[in-house]
Order: sequence, then structure tokens, then C-alpha cells
Amino acid sequence: MAFCFMEGNEAVAWGAKAAGCRFFAGYPITPATTIYNTMLEILPPGGGICMQGEDEIASIGFCLGASMCGMKAMTATSGPGISLYSEQISFATGSEIPIVIVDVQRLGPSTGSATRGADGDIQFLRWGNSGGIPLIVLAPADVKDCYLLTFAAFNLAETCRCPVIVASNKEIGMTRENIDLSALALPEIVHRNTAPEDRPYLPFHTSGENGVPDFLPIGCHIPVRQTSSTHGPDGYITTDPEIIAATQRRLIAKVESAVEDFTCHEFMEAPQSETLILTYGVSSRSAKAAYHQLNRAGKPVSLLTLKRLWPAPENLIRSIAAPMRHIVVVEMNMGQYLREIERVLPNKRISFVGKMNGALITPDEIIEGVHRGRQLTE
Amino acid sequence: MADSLLNESRPPVFCPGCTHERIVAALDTTFQRMDIRGTEAVIVSDIGCSGLFDTFFNTHALHGLHGRALTCAAGIKMARPELHVIVTMGDGGLGIGGAHLLAACRRNLNLTLLILNNFNFGMTGGQFSATTPEDARVGSGFLNQLEKPLDVCRVAASAGAGYVYRCSAYCQNLSAILESAIRFDGFSVVDMWGICTGRYTRNNKLTPAAIDDSLARLPAAAGVVPENERPEYGFRYRQTAARLPPVTMPGGIPICCIPPASGRNEVMILGSAGQRVLTAGELLCLAGMSAGLHVTQKNDYNITVLRGPSISDLVLSDMPVDYTGTTRPSVIIAIAQEGVDRRKAIWGQLDDTALVLAAADIELPETKARVHRLDFKKMTIKPHDRALASLAVLAGHHQILSADMLNHAIEYRFHGMMRDSALALVHTAFDFYRNE
Repeated sequence: MAFCFMEGNEAVAWGAKAAGCRFFAGYPITPATTIYNTMLEILPPGGGICMQGEDEIASIGFCLGASMCGMKAMTATSGPGISLYSEQISFATGSEIPIVIVDVQRLGPSTGSATRGADGDIQFLRWGNSGGIPLIVLAPADVKDCYLLTFAAFNLAETCRCPVIVASNKEIGMTRENIDLSALALPEIVHRNTAPEDRPYLPFHTSGENGVPDFLPIGCHIPVRQTSSTHGPDGYITTDPEIIAATQRRLIAKVESAVEDFTCHEFMEAPQSETLILTYGVSSRSAKAAYHQLNRAGKPVSLLTLKRLWPAPENLIRSIAAPMRHIVVVEMNMGQYLREIERVLPNKRISFVGKMNGALITPDEIIEGVHRGRQLTE
Repeated sequence: MADSLLNESRPPVFCPGCTHERIVAALDTTFQRMDIRGTEAVIVSDIGCSGLFDTFFNTHALHGLHGRALTCAAGIKMARPELHVIVTMGDGGLGIGGAHLLAACRRNLNLTLLILNNFNFGMTGGQFSATTPEDARVGSGFLNQLEKPLDVCRVAASAGAGYVYRCSAYCQNLSAILESAIRFDGFSVVDMWGICTGRYTRNNKLTPAAIDDSLARLPAAAGVVPENERPEYGFRYRQTAARLPPVTMPGGIPICCIPPASGRNEVMILGSAGQRVLTAGELLCLAGMSAGLHVTQKNDYNITVLRGPSISDLVLSDMPVDYTGTTRPSVIIAIAQEGVDRRKAIWGQLDDTALVLAAADIELPETKARVHRLDFKKMTIKPHDRALASLAVLAGHHQILSADMLNHAIEYRFHGMMRDSALALVHTAFDFYRNE
């Protein structure tokens, strides 16, 4: 066994390659640039395509065009760029174009601090598109997750024909760790369902139960239509309220059912614990240190690290939280996913540990937060 | 001639007298003249009346976002170079997507951009666009009087477009112009002037003859721009990429050393930009990995490249590393004042188990840690070598790093002359430490 020394951003690129990504376009932005650098190194020699757009809008636009031609595509940016992606993300959502988007979050608002981390985009990633249709957001905690979750993101994007966002953070993307990627087991690569050739093709017709239309690429043997306008199964604009309503329902249902089987979390259970630390991303590493310290000190806590944030794994959260008296939500912002936990667990005592000043939340801050929360409960 | 590609079930729905309908017919004639089948072409349409174009043809189609048609078209052309990619855009899309137009001209992908220029936003109420004349009466009150209209052909030619044609959409040879634009192997722009009967001509007198008069007063744009002729982008991309050597996943550093310490050890290197702090941090981690340790490195620096503090936070541990921050460092290497000043809070927290290697010429806050001053000038170590020299001294202390580990890291990380000079530097610093 030999470890290599790699940062999260590089692992994202290698995870994408392993998943069959053949097209990348990006615009330089700290702290996401090293994803672009790595893709530029690894894609072109094998016949893949890596481009630098004139801005973030162009970069994601290139990807959507390539994805509509059947290529697996990815783009990567940070807060300012994800803001510019917004309209194209809505396009990909409503028009069912698979794409993987990596947001290596940095301290905001706005230009903020390019070389400081945060998890400040978590609600924006879910709701920062017009129409409010759900998409999938995964949250890595370390370099290994960057590799595995980027791979998983491609499979989900292909299965479900929707944007899948990897919500990384400067503190993961640009932190290097020892890792043995070759030792990690990957699932099988998933490709989008192709439409049968013996029937007339309707680009948004769904025949299967999963509510995902079969795909044919632009450039194939019959003309393929794609449109950002409200459309029916034939890909032409429609004003029929029933067709429109059915499509909206389908867009929601297909995403929710696609992630049902994709449980992606880590639960560290301590016997007799009445407190649950609930967190995600890089903060889960501090939480793990706090978990060990507290349990060693005879103050049992359990720890739930979510790696799929949207759609929120509601059943999982409810079942794990059921026996707990007190939930401590830990995140590197001023309280974003906290809102979702409060929604999912309306009858629980919930306290919050968060900050957004460029520094990691420390294990001590979490321990203090657990004590504070317990006092409130007692 | 091939069959018409017009979609019989979806005839044009433009206002009576709208010029766009003529362009639909001309484009279909062009497809027929060129014997292009529906599966060989894709129409990428923008937003507005030009955004309806894709529905009138039985071709591949992508109707995207306002001003962004060229972005999706670029991805399509790169993915499917064999397709004819036709982009239809109005003068509105031209304005909002200006950056994409400039980039497309410079990039020279083989796309054909058809600009349906009718001097206003037809769909939204006739507001002024990037091409509205200053004296026109449009839906934006007096605002268009304040802005100069854009000559898109001059812009495109100066931005590097290889083919730029300006014409009236009423000209007799429109279909032949479209054919030569599509045949051009590179980015081509056709600026077609037309009449918006729904909005523009309600308050402005514009006729085909008036368009001809206006065009006659402008510099001609009649096709190939000789100074911009060059090989097409996709062709050059594929040609260049094919020559690149294959890349494999990075290999690992073999485990061959014994670590001098157990447990978790945090190290901070406090320096300034240009002192190779990050490389020293990497070397320390590689050294740890050569002894089978788990390691993390996170860095802290300003966005300015060669100015400001440069700090590396490192963790070496015999267990997987959870928290990657440094709150109780075992070792601090302090080689520049800027770095020390950035992390003022840490010094009061150190106890006498912590080791500080500090350059002789910097001031340290009060601390209980053991401080080992390093006189780099006496050691004849240059500022940019301080970080690496400090690692050699750290190896001399044999607390968390051994000389063996450091040498392995250098052998792994550097090659040729870089390796030799790094090893020599380490040797010098190590000797200095032993003779101290």
C-alpha cells in the first residue's frame, strides 16, 4: 500500500474521470481552480474535452451543449460563479440535462474571501434557481468523499437527468491528505437510458416508472429537440395546464425517488446518548473529534454526518433523531441547514453551532455547544 | 436538391410582414442547396422572436437562454464536430450575450451565427436594443437617444471573426450568403437587417429601400475577413490534444521509515509569500507518509501572489486525521514576521512541550514554548530556503521528523538538479544544527 498526497479538488477530477466524464468547462476562480487545472491535465490526452469559458455562464453552457450530445459533463466554481450559473441550472433542471456541478464554497457574501472556506451556499444551492424544482446536492467531508461522491454525482445525474451539485468547501478542496484512491471500491458506472429505436421518439416522454425520459443525443439518427420553454413530451412549447402540472410533478418525483436508495451518511452511535450532533462537510471532522472526546469523558453523544443534503433525507433524520432529546446542528455558516432540520424535526430541542469567519469550527466549540444545548434541555 | 426541412406541422407564426419569415424560407433553401439533412444540422436558438426558429425546422434543436445560445452551441460543436451548428439570435441576444459573441469570434469554432437584426425587442414591447438608432422612437422612452448603436460587423471583425457579412434580409441572394457562411470553416456572422412590423414600424418609417440606403452608407462586410483566416478551433484542439502524452493517476510514496513520534502532532509554518512555505509543508507531509503516518495540509495565504503572509497548517498522526486545524501545535516554524503576526493568538496557548524554530531576525510574542533561534544569515541560507532549512533542523531535533523521512520526501518530490540542491541544502542546515 502506498498513499498519494492529494487535495480534494484533484480527487474530484479523478472521481469524474473514473465516472466517465468526457467534458469539462470552467472559469478560473479560487478555490475551485485546481479542479479545472487537473481536468485540463487528464481529459485532453484521452480524447476528452476541457475548455475555459469566457465566464461562468459560458462554461456551464458549453457543458449543457455537450451533455445534450451525450457526453458526461462537469463544471466547477465557487460562490460568485455559482450565482452566475443560476439561470443555466434552472435550464438543466427544467429541461432534464444531466450535469455535475462542483461548488467549492468560499467565505461570502459576494466576492467575500477567495482563500477562506465556508458552507455559505447550502440554501442557495437548493433554492437559487427559478422554479424551485429540486436537484441533488452531495456534501463531501474529505478527499476520499470528493472522489467517491463526484463519482456518485455522475451516476445520479445520469439516472435522473438532472443537475447534481457537489458542495465542497475550500477547507476540503484545497486541503491535501494522504489517500490511496486505487484501494477505493467504486460502484458500476451508470449511463442515461437510451430510447428504443423502433418507436417514434418524443424527447420528454416517460415510459418507465422512474419518471425519467429516455435520452437520445443531439446528432443521432433522428432529430432531437431540447428547449428551455415549458414543453410537453414532444419538446414543443405548451400551454396545456394539465400537461404542465404533470411535468412539474414528475420533475419533483423523479428526483425524490432517485435518491431514495442512495443513502449517503455516516452514523456514529453512542449507547445511551440523548444528544445527537448533526452536521455535514468539513465540520463533521471537527464533530468527530468532539464525539471521541465527549464519549471518552463519559458524556455520550451520537454523531450523524449527512453526505446528501438535498433532497433532505427526512426519514433518515427522523428515525435517527427519534430517541434523542437534543439535537446540535453544526455547520460553517450562520444557520442554513438548521432551518431544514427545524422543519423536519418540529418537536425536538435543536441548538446550533456555527460560524463564518474563515476559520474551521473547532472540536472545543462543538463540545461547548453540546454542553450549552444540554443545559437548555435540562 | 434535398427535401425541404420545414416542419409542416409548425409553420412560422410571425407577425404579418415580419422579415423573419423570409429568413426561415432562405435558410430552408440553403439547407436544400447544400443537401443537408435534418440529422446533420442543429439549430440553436436564442430568446425572443429569433428563438422560435428551431420549431420551424425538422433538425436537431436546442432552444436555450437569452444571450447564451453561443455557449450551448460551442459545447455541441466540440462534442459533435460533424454537425452544422446554426445559431439564431436577435439584436437583443447580441447585446445581453456580448461577451459570448466576442469570445466566439476569438475562438473560431465552426458555428454560423445568424443575427436577425430588427432594431428592437419585439416580444417585450419594442424596447431599445444594442442596434437601435439614436433617433428611433421605441418603447424605452428617451433612453435610446442616449446610447450609440453597435456596429456588430465591425466588432466581430475586430474580435477575430473569420467571416462577417452584413446584408438586408430582403436581398435576392440571401440563401447564397447563408450557404457561404455555413460553408466557411470557422466562426461566421451574418448580420441581417429586417423589419419588425409588430413594434418598430408602428412609430418608425422603415422600408427595404431605406435599409438598402443605410447599408450603402456603412463600410461593407461581405464575407471572409482575410486577416482573421486561421485553422478552426475544434480542429486545432483535437490536433493538439492528440499529441499529448497519456496521464495516469498519481502514484504513492512507499512506506519505508519509522516515525519518531506517536499520536497526533500539529505543525505550523509561519512565513511569507515566496518562502516556499507550502512546498515545505508538502515535504513534511510526504516525510510523514514515508513513515506510514496520516497527514493533512491546509494553507492560509492572501490572494496576492508574491506578497503577504504564507502559512501552512499540518497534522501528522498515527490515526486518520479528523480535525485539520492546528490549535495545539507541537512545532511552530517561524521564518517571517508577517506569518507570526497573522497567528498572534496561538502563542499564549503553547506550553513547554511545544518546540519553536524561529528565525533570529523576527520578534516573537511571549510564549512558554521552547524556542530554538536559527541565524539563517550565519548559516548562509537565503530567505526562500528558510522553510526547507528549518525542516532539516527539525529533523535534527528528531521529535516528529527524522532525517531519513526528510530525505525520502525530497527524493520523491524532486528530480535532477532540484533534488540535488534540496538535499545539499538540507545537509548544510543539518550539519550546522549538529555543530551548534
